[in-house]
Amino acid sequence: MTSKIVRTTAQFVTPAVLLYGLYLIIHGHVSSGGGFQGGAVFASSAALLVVAFGSERVSSLLQEHRLVAISCSGALMFIGLAFAGMGTTFFFNLFAGSPLFGNVPAYGPNPEDIWTGGTVPLMNIAVALNVVAGLSAIVLAMALATVKRGDDK
Amino acid sequence: MIRRVGISLTLIIIAVMFFASALLMHPFGAPPSIMDDYIIENSQQETGTNNVVSAVVFDYRGYDTLGEATVLFLAATAVIMLFRSRKGEVAEK
Repeated sequence: MTSKIVRTTAQFVTPAVLLYGLYLIIHGHVSSGGGFQGGAVFASSAALLVVAFGSERVSSLLQEHRLVAISCSGALMFIGLAFAGMGTTFFFNLFAGSPLFGNVPAYGPNPEDIWTGGTVPLMNIAVALNVVAGLSAIVLAMALATVKRGDDK
Repeated sequence: MIRRVGISLTLIIIAVMFFASALLMHPFGAPPSIMDDYIIENSQQETGTNNVVSAVVFDYRGYDTLGEATVLFLAATAVIMLFRSRKGEVAEK
């Protein structure tokens, strides 16, 4: 268990990190960012919590089998979206022009239109689920494996 | 002796390659292919994505992203498989 300063700072910083990661994920088809980057930022909050509160307390909150299920569902969603355009080609953008994220923007910079992208924002979310759960599970598994018994309290 | 000859031959080959690439470098500002111009001009109409980088990563080069996601998923699976602690199993010290 670390000191009170570290714990309090982690409590304040973690929501900001989570919010920034979420912004990078769901705004990734308009501005810079995307599933991988936002997912890494999001998962770094898990590392912060492990450092501040100890891995056993975090692992009661985030269980490994749930993280594995989330990671698998993200990967399956990504491959499913890739196969959804199979009528034309693999990775065809099926939803461009449809009601779901379907606005087709004019040529040039127009950052105010976020209901665009077709399958791209959905794939961002799928990859982000994969990355968030995978990286959190890696951090948590390694922290749990290296904890000394009786030293954590 | 033969080792020195091999090392100097390798260095000479590398130096020749560097000089050749420096001499054959295409002029600054002229793109080497028409693919980037095509993507910049058409990605917004074809994929509906304002961010051209996202359009390339998730649409034009989707296979690449699929490989990256697979690598990360496999890494996570392997780490969990190596480091998992089963219930009721006492950790060895």
